[in-house]
Amino acid sequence: MRSPRLLRHAWAVASKDLLVEFRSRTAILSAAVFVVLVLVVFNFGRDPTAVSNVDLAPSILWVTFTFAAILALNRAFQLELENQSLDGLLLAPIERSSIYLGKLIANLVFVGTIEVIGVPLLALFFNVPVLPYLVPLIALIALATVGFVAVGTLFSAMTVRTRFAELLLPVLLLPFMIPPLSWAVLATGRLLAGRPLSEIVGWLNMLAVYDIVFVTLAIFLFPATVNE
Amino acid sequence: MLLAEGLRHRFGAVRALDDISFAVQPGQTLAVFGPNGAGKTTLLKVLAGLIQPQRGRAQVDGGRRAIGWIGHQPQLYAQLTIRENLRFWASLYDIPESEFALRKDDLLLRLGLQDHEHRRVSELSRGLVQRAAIARALIHDPRVLLLDEPFTGLDRMSAEELRELLSEEAAEGRAAVLVTHNVEEGAELATHIAFMRAGRFVHLAPRAGRGPAQVGEDYRNAIA
Repeated sequence: MRSPRLLRHAWAVASKDLLVEFRSRTAILSAAVFVVLVLVVFNFGRDPTAVSNVDLAPSILWVTFTFAAILALNRAFQLELENQSLDGLLLAPIERSSIYLGKLIANLVFVGTIEVIGVPLLALFFNVPVLPYLVPLIALIALATVGFVAVGTLFSAMTVRTRFAELLLPVLLLPFMIPPLSWAVLATGRLLAGRPLSEIVGWLNMLAVYDIVFVTLAIFLFPATVNE
Repeated sequence: MLLAEGLRHRFGAVRALDDISFAVQPGQTLAVFGPNGAGKTTLLKVLAGLIQPQRGRAQVDGGRRAIGWIGHQPQLYAQLTIRENLRFWASLYDIPESEFALRKDDLLLRLGLQDHEHRRVSELSRGLVQRAAIARALIHDPRVLLLDEPFTGLDRMSAEELRELLSEEAAEGRAAVLVTHNVEEGAELATHIAFMRAGRFVHLAPRAGRGPAQVGEDYRNAIA
């Protein structure tokens, strides 16, 4: 009985965040420019004779996504501190988990947009074959993204009222990102090297488990993180 | 309607609330005056349920749904229009679209905002933003208003308009608690007056027809 209400409130929060971001383009523009710049810099700063593109591209792709996502995640709750809207959200007769879910949905859209920009640029700059593996690559990126955005959204709420929120978020988040990132890098490498899909199924399963565990944990922990 | 019993709360060594008790009935407005750091905003946050007191209890009939909060920060999103802001907050209170349209039109008319409905909050003057903040706080028809320094940043005319609006709301039977450090701006609205210092009420009594100047003198005597 509670789920439709929870999802309705979550969607209200998410659609509000997306509309605000669409109008201001604060986080998405800076993150998109960051992605382009990093890929351009790596493109010119590498020695193609030392390491092959297929070996190098997965690490660069995921490091770029990680730091671009942190830019967007930092903004998620900052928006609510401006004009004390966070107090208004906490005062509303809604489950606090719906605020978290709304922020998670909006952040996934932000980060997904950044990834949509990043993948074609990677294929272009590093001359790696993306199209033949597009469907499994999308599945892999989606699974990895849900995990680290779920944790990042929780930490964004925890750190937003601190003095050094922009510094604290990556310090807290990066250790939790090591498992999904390493699985994602390994699986992406196998995909781009043209290895059979059976070689990445294990990593996809682990990413799915990571997502389930951390989304569930974050939903339960979020109400405690926003209490004064 | 609104009850506080023996509220106590500390932030580390700082005593923010120390044995605060009072009741506010429908149509009554309690104005709490005190210097910065007296614990006024903490009191409002405890009443709103945003902070759990370490001792005592605060009770609002109807719970969180019955509370409307008006502060010096408008709790509006600058990039959204007044209508979009109101629609968002109404959706969190499960107000159906048909009911929302009626309430929104009524509020915008009463607040003189009908010509600004589709303007972004970032384009509005401070006075219009504060009116929009009142519309946001009233969109779910709360029976209790919590007012945190609502006059801050308003010019004399906007402050006077706000006082009139809040008087009308009280006349409709809403209970209100107003906290401010500015006695002259808040006294006229009050049916009851409290002076707060270091987390304690040092005075709590009906206003009994005393004007802002007399309340100001009482305040200076009590706080000094």
